[in-house]
Amino acid sequence: MAQQPVFAPWDDPTQTPLITFQNVTKRFGDFVAIDDLTQHIYEREFFALLGPSGCGKTTMMRMLGGFETPSEGKISISGRDMNKVPPNKRAVNMMFQSYALFPHLSIYENIAFGLRRTDMDKDAIDARVAEMLKLTRLEKFARRKPHQISGGQRQRVALARSLAKAPKLLLLDEPLGALDKKLRQDTQFELMDIQEKTGTTFVIVTHDQEEAMTVASRVAVMDEGRIIQVATPDAIYEAPNSTYVADFIGDVNIIEGKATRKGDKTHIAWAEGQPDIIGSTTRDFSEGQTCHFAIRPEKVAISPDKPDAPNALHGKILDIAYLGNISTYHVELPTGHIIKAQTANTRRLARRSLTWEDDVWVSFTDTAGVLLDR
Amino acid sequence: MKRFSWFNITALTLGFAFLYLPMIILVIYSFNESKLVTVWAGFSTKWYAELMQNEAFLNAAWVTIKVAVFSSTLATVLGTMAAYVLVRAGRFSGRTLFSGMIYAPLVMPEVITGLSLLLLFIGIGLDRGVLTIVLAHTTFAMCYVSVVVSSRLVSFDRSLEEAALDLGCSPWQAFRLVTLPIIAPAVISGWLLAFTLSLDDLVIASFTAGPSATTLPIKIFSAVRLGVSPEINALSTIMIAIVTVGVISASLISKQASLKQQRDEQAAARG
Repeated sequence: MAQQPVFAPWDDPTQTPLITFQNVTKRFGDFVAIDDLTQHIYEREFFALLGPSGCGKTTMMRMLGGFETPSEGKISISGRDMNKVPPNKRAVNMMFQSYALFPHLSIYENIAFGLRRTDMDKDAIDARVAEMLKLTRLEKFARRKPHQISGGQRQRVALARSLAKAPKLLLLDEPLGALDKKLRQDTQFELMDIQEKTGTTFVIVTHDQEEAMTVASRVAVMDEGRIIQVATPDAIYEAPNSTYVADFIGDVNIIEGKATRKGDKTHIAWAEGQPDIIGSTTRDFSEGQTCHFAIRPEKVAISPDKPDAPNALHGKILDIAYLGNISTYHVELPTGHIIKAQTANTRRLARRSLTWEDDVWVSFTDTAGVLLDR
Repeated sequence: MKRFSWFNITALTLGFAFLYLPMIILVIYSFNESKLVTVWAGFSTKWYAELMQNEAFLNAAWVTIKVAVFSSTLATVLGTMAAYVLVRAGRFSGRTLFSGMIYAPLVMPEVITGLSLLLLFIGIGLDRGVLTIVLAHTTFAMCYVSVVVSSRLVSFDRSLEEAALDLGCSPWQAFRLVTLPIIAPAVISGWLLAFTLSLDDLVIASFTAGPSATTLPIKIFSAVRLGVSPEINALSTIMIAIVTVGVISASLISKQASLKQQRDEQAAARG
């Protein structure tokens, strides 16, 4: 079987981006929602904007939809400057957070709504709506009104309606926010499936990092109107560029110290009387520079006896969080630092030996963590 | 506590009697055989038949209905526009002033509204007739319409309009195809309210009516000054019926719409 080529147009200098944000700033009065932002998004991408509320992710999306115009800078789609193009003249459709289904129209008419605004003839509209109903498995509900179907079905109607005009770009504003967890996970895979089938470029806004990681080809982590890091989900998780990103995505232990280069390793002096943490990095740190060592809990091992590892720290179990499939141990070091270590519960509970107040060792390899300068 | 204690029943009876006794007496006496309004002489509908022969009353009724239809329609258009702009415009300096100014005529004494309109019509040389009454009624009814419509618009989800724009509507199409159908119950009940207000207005109409056009309330008022006739009772009964039907259907329309929505939503939630 031939290896499927990796989808990474952002690494390919011959590709031209579909969407370009160029030095875009958006102010609402004195409040700066978007701060001098430059970003490319490529065709067929599933691009996630992730951040806490008020970080500017929704503003960025609304600017793509044409509901807001940049105060400064330029947004172009397919090379065309969009600053003066109103929403109804854009090949962009949006799926709203509240779904915004028209309550007075049937599901069928909701999906046909956008098509009826074009010069498409009736048969073609019928065919297209039928196709959309099939894609979202809503054939049975075509004659119902939006308030006569369930939340999950409404979400699919909203998706079908926004895809009906075959937009170049589909914007999704917290599309799964109103669904319960189980339905949300199913829908995430459905979304990815539909995105692949239609080949549409998706930009999704979400505050749920798991959702962003699951669906997106690239994730942009935002804070205070800036994009802090843009990378594939695995790169964001494994190689965050700052403590903000490391902390925002998943769980992390962060230890502050001073870096010293020794051979191809970096030693971090982080507390009096404790051995240096040994890590490796491609970043340049000057001698004695303050740095942050970030390590994910699942990369920290926990054992009752001192293990043979480059980094081993002694401490006491303070807390155990049992989550069924995994357990997280909070281990307090003599310095007062708390290290989280996670283990998969491959054995039944009764047979595990660690409990509260136990003296334990936490250990990790010299490549498990990342060194960050901010 | 019992819901129907003696005190409650008495209070309720007194209250409703105070409100409706005069009208009930009027309705009963409209079916009186006798020509004397205060003496009961048996049941008859002859005054209704006689009313149908009375040219002057019929003319006045026709004028009244014309005025009510035109003014309530005009008031609905203007009131809806005013409500839309005030709710949609968001915050701007002077917003409170503008919305206050829309509602001020609600509390303005009718005599003053009537007088000022009369002065205006004389000032611009407009002959008093059906047109001037329509304009006057539009003026005061549009405030009521805008109150009714804006209370609906406040709870209207703006993303519905954005969705319409997003799907290729011009702003006007978005209003016509999405906003208007959704707020229609409020607009209709606004229209009915304006219609009934125009129907029973006496004060403003008497300022702005001319010799060429007289409305029913003016006609009744002037007829009563020469003594109450059973015909007037019959006419008043008909007016009470029309106004009652108007007000009740206005409230039923909006209530039905929200009830149906609630039922359907519950049904959908159950699966």
